[in-house]
Amino acid sequence: MNQAKTQDVPSTVVIAVAFVSGFCIMTIEMLGVRIMAPYFGGSQYVWGSIITIFMLALALGYLLGGRLSMRNPNPVTYAMFFIAAAVFSLPIILFADVIMRPIFLTIDDPRYGSLFASIAMYFVPTCILGMISPYSVRLLVKSHEHSGRMAGQLYFVSTIGSAAGTLGTSFYFVLYFEINQILWGSVAALIGAGCIILLFNYFLNSVAGRSQAQNYG
Amino acid sequence: MDRKVHYLPSAKSLALLTCLLFSVSAVMQTAAETIHRERSIYRDITVVQNGNRRCLVFNVHRGDRNQTCVELNDRDRLVFSYTRMSFAGLLLQPQPKMILIAGLGGGSIPMTLNNLFPDAEIDVVEIDQAVVNVAKEFFFFEENDKMKVTVSDARVFVKRAALRGRKYDYIVLDAFGGDYIPEHLLTREFLSEVKSIMTVDGVLVANTFSTSRFYDHESVTYQHVFNEFFNFKLPTSGNRIIITQLSSLPPRGELVTRAQNAADRLKKYGVPLLEYPARLSTRVDWDMSRRVLTDQYSPANLLRDN
Repeated sequence: MNQAKTQDVPSTVVIAVAFVSGFCIMTIEMLGVRIMAPYFGGSQYVWGSIITIFMLALALGYLLGGRLSMRNPNPVTYAMFFIAAAVFSLPIILFADVIMRPIFLTIDDPRYGSLFASIAMYFVPTCILGMISPYSVRLLVKSHEHSGRMAGQLYFVSTIGSAAGTLGTSFYFVLYFEINQILWGSVAALIGAGCIILLFNYFLNSVAGRSQAQNYG
Repeated sequence: MDRKVHYLPSAKSLALLTCLLFSVSAVMQTAAETIHRERSIYRDITVVQNGNRRCLVFNVHRGDRNQTCVELNDRDRLVFSYTRMSFAGLLLQPQPKMILIAGLGGGSIPMTLNNLFPDAEIDVVEIDQAVVNVAKEFFFFEENDKMKVTVSDARVFVKRAALRGRKYDYIVLDAFGGDYIPEHLLTREFLSEVKSIMTVDGVLVANTFSTSRFYDHESVTYQHVFNEFFNFKLPTSGNRIIITQLSSLPPRGELVTRAQNAADRLKKYGVPLLEYPARLSTRVDWDMSRRVLTDQYSPANLLRDN
């Protein structure tokens, strides 16, 4: 794709979907303990396992997302992060028992049991969600001078999203919905965010393409 | 739950009363002496002693709660009414041989059962090593060939017991977290797992609170899994003991006979067993339309305050 000829997705859209990704990360993390408690208990170490795996997955995601942003940054790849994160979150909903049961049976120590279960269920989707942040920065930044401000703005919004996801999930969602219903909500939100990026990209570029065609015609 | 520390009002218009209360509380504070503090990854534990009464207190910000107390000059005597009430389970299973207790506290329930039934195998599951340490050091709790403690989450312990095909004929659920029973120990799935490790003649005794809105959810969930249960409340206690078994519940006459048979043996622990049969009720006094608590839906600790 040629940068000069394509219209960028508006920065407000990038910032809005970054909010969604921050929100979903913490929604999944907050539900993590409840998902694992039937097999590994609700102890301190279950929180420890989940937070450790989320941090490691995000760390790797930041690194990979940053690398990927070097190569032809484009909204379609960006949208794919959201859709892939949604798809890789599905096993948490559909196969949680299938994943946790063999781990419970093979590992006696619930600390390591919960650690491996966290890796199996949360590492991949969280890592993909982590890629979104640096990639968003790349899409937002138009010049060196603005890069710091844009990065700051992006982390501000996605972290506010995380705060909202944490509070919303732990204070309210669990009161009204089942865990899987909340997770389906997150999946839908991520797919929705991906689709919004694709739609903006499609319409802006078809409009841009047409106007360019008119200019040249 | 039986005792709470109340804080003093600071209204100036009530200066005299305040002054009076202050001096009373000062006297109480000097009388109740902290003899030990144990660090824990869950909640720090304090052991306080007031005359002959020694209590284990979990530090909770909303006000201290005494979890277990022992009278040093009468160690067999069960200090709290809910502890005594839990022995109503013996009316359904008078001769337990395999006992499981979730939640050690100061160990008064397991120690009493060990004294009453020295041949019974007793498994105690306690999540917090610090509680085990304190129970051993300050509350005279000792493990022996018949009575063993496992430091584990009760849910994990029960799941593993089910896998090993282990069965119990007397199960006491008395595991409490910071506020209340942890959510994953309140669900339909957990109770089904507990059910799967009960013998045909086994009894389940669960210590709960009789607090309002949450009470309904909890009752509905027990009803869902066990069909019926004895609801055991006393006007002097904020606790509600749920007692149930796999087979249908015995008629009151049978409870009375069993109470008469066992009353003497329980006298020295201060358990007024003869008073209990009349208090075991199967009347539904909760809102049946409440949602069953499940692993998918168990916001129990959010519901509690209502």
